[in-house]
Amino acid sequence: MSRPAAAVIAGVYEHPRREIPDRTVAQIHAEVALGALADAGLSLADVDAYFCDSADPGLNSLSMSEYLGITYRYTDNTDTGGSSYLSHVNHAMRAVAAGRCRVALVTMAGRARSERRGPPAGRRNGPEADFENRWGIAATLHNYALVAMRHMHEFGTTSAQLAEIKVAASQHAQHNPHALLRTPVTVQDVLDSPMLSDPLHRLDCCVITDGGGAVVVVSPDVARSLAQPAVKVLGAAEAPKHAGNGAVDLTCTGAAWSGPAAFDEARVRPADIDYASIYDSFTISVLLALEDLGFCAKGKGGQFVSDGALLAPHGRLPFNTDGGGLCNNHPSNRGGMPKIIEAVRQLRGQAHPAVQVPDCALALVQGTGGRLGTRSGSATLILGAADA
Amino acid sequence: MTELSGDTLPGADAFPVPDVADDPATRPFWEGIKAGRLLLERCLRCQAVIWYPRGFCPRCGSAATEWTEASGRGTVYTYTVARRSFGEWAAAVPYVIAYVELAEGPRVLSNVVGVAPDEVSTGMEVEVVMKAGGGAYWFRPAVSGGARP
Repeated sequence: MSRPAAAVIAGVYEHPRREIPDRTVAQIHAEVALGALADAGLSLADVDAYFCDSADPGLNSLSMSEYLGITYRYTDNTDTGGSSYLSHVNHAMRAVAAGRCRVALVTMAGRARSERRGPPAGRRNGPEADFENRWGIAATLHNYALVAMRHMHEFGTTSAQLAEIKVAASQHAQHNPHALLRTPVTVQDVLDSPMLSDPLHRLDCCVITDGGGAVVVVSPDVARSLAQPAVKVLGAAEAPKHAGNGAVDLTCTGAAWSGPAAFDEARVRPADIDYASIYDSFTISVLLALEDLGFCAKGKGGQFVSDGALLAPHGRLPFNTDGGGLCNNHPSNRGGMPKIIEAVRQLRGQAHPAVQVPDCALALVQGTGGRLGTRSGSATLILGAADA
Repeated sequence: MTELSGDTLPGADAFPVPDVADDPATRPFWEGIKAGRLLLERCLRCQAVIWYPRGFCPRCGSAATEWTEASGRGTVYTYTVARRSFGEWAAAVPYVIAYVELAEGPRVLSNVVGVAPDEVSTGMEVEVVMKAGGGAYWFRPAVSGGARP
């Protein structure tokens, strides 16, 4: 079966380093841009659409396109935190489909690890700030802890079940020479790690890294002349989940809307998915996404992740085979880009042999931006191998 | 309705209280807090309680709103004990961050104070408490049963 696709991913590149104090953020953008274009067999001169988030240097696309030497016909600086780059792929696919561009470059970069001791980046407060910034939510950790505690209260989810997610990620990370944390851990290791904000332990949290990555989205006719196996963008959707005028519901995320919409567009179902890149800022982020995307019923995520379900290559739903944000890379505190890239590796058959899913034809990429405990963005991509 | 707890409030004394933005839409709320009153904005057209206050109703779009005094009572919807924190909050650990479901409906972020962190639980009944001249509102385990005058 060969499904039609309006656009395909022709090139990807993940920066190999996890701490990059000797480069500016703009330089990291340039490295990943050139890396992804080289992977695709294209050059900067071929690019006619450019996407980056609005945390990027200067005036975003305007500054960065000048710096990179790109002249674009189409641009977009959507910023939904870590899910931004999935949105960019979605918007690039729509623009290619509409004939507005043929070669779209998406880049992301940041130095969260090098700059974590420095002052926080300036950002204008949202209108909600005064009602949320005076209670000691001093880290994203505290925000997600509220979510995990509620899920445990409603559904009986346990810390040991959340730990299974970290364990699977660590099993995969041992095969990734670039991963920040390559040593496999056990459930007991997670439970024995310091409790930082009940019920989340240190090992329930993702890594903090410098780095970045890039994706090249092109029209199918451009892809035909390129070397890498094309990866089809079969479905894509986005949704916000916000506090709803005080009607906070912490056990549901925007994936409950972006997921079904993306599945519908791709005309596939959760059971068809061979591999999933699931945003893993914390273990609880994965659990909620699995439920909201329909891989299991609401409240059953804890049972789903037990017994090695997430382990590659033979688990029920192999996930984050690069080690994910929990072990490999979460550049600039925004993990969406590595999620896209590992899904492309899987669909090309280029993942590490120890974790390559056999005959991987359909992959899902789930991005979660912002903070699940207050407001978050969700973006879901369904990607297909060239012959999917 | 909510008595001020004098100059000190055990548990909250170590909490930083940042300034609020000077915003006409939220000014009555924060003036209420300074006076020891928890005010909620309500839509005059659809009667929705608006949280956080913003000067119009996100449910029906009406800009006709009024301020009403909240009961100050609620229950803990979820919470966490921050055992490690950062910046000016680092010295305040351990402290409890919670969403409190107000009797009027909205689930609002705050802290639970006046109780050992490990004794807080989801579903716990709490009541609002403020500090004289303070710029924040916290919750403590409910000590006065039944309706308040």
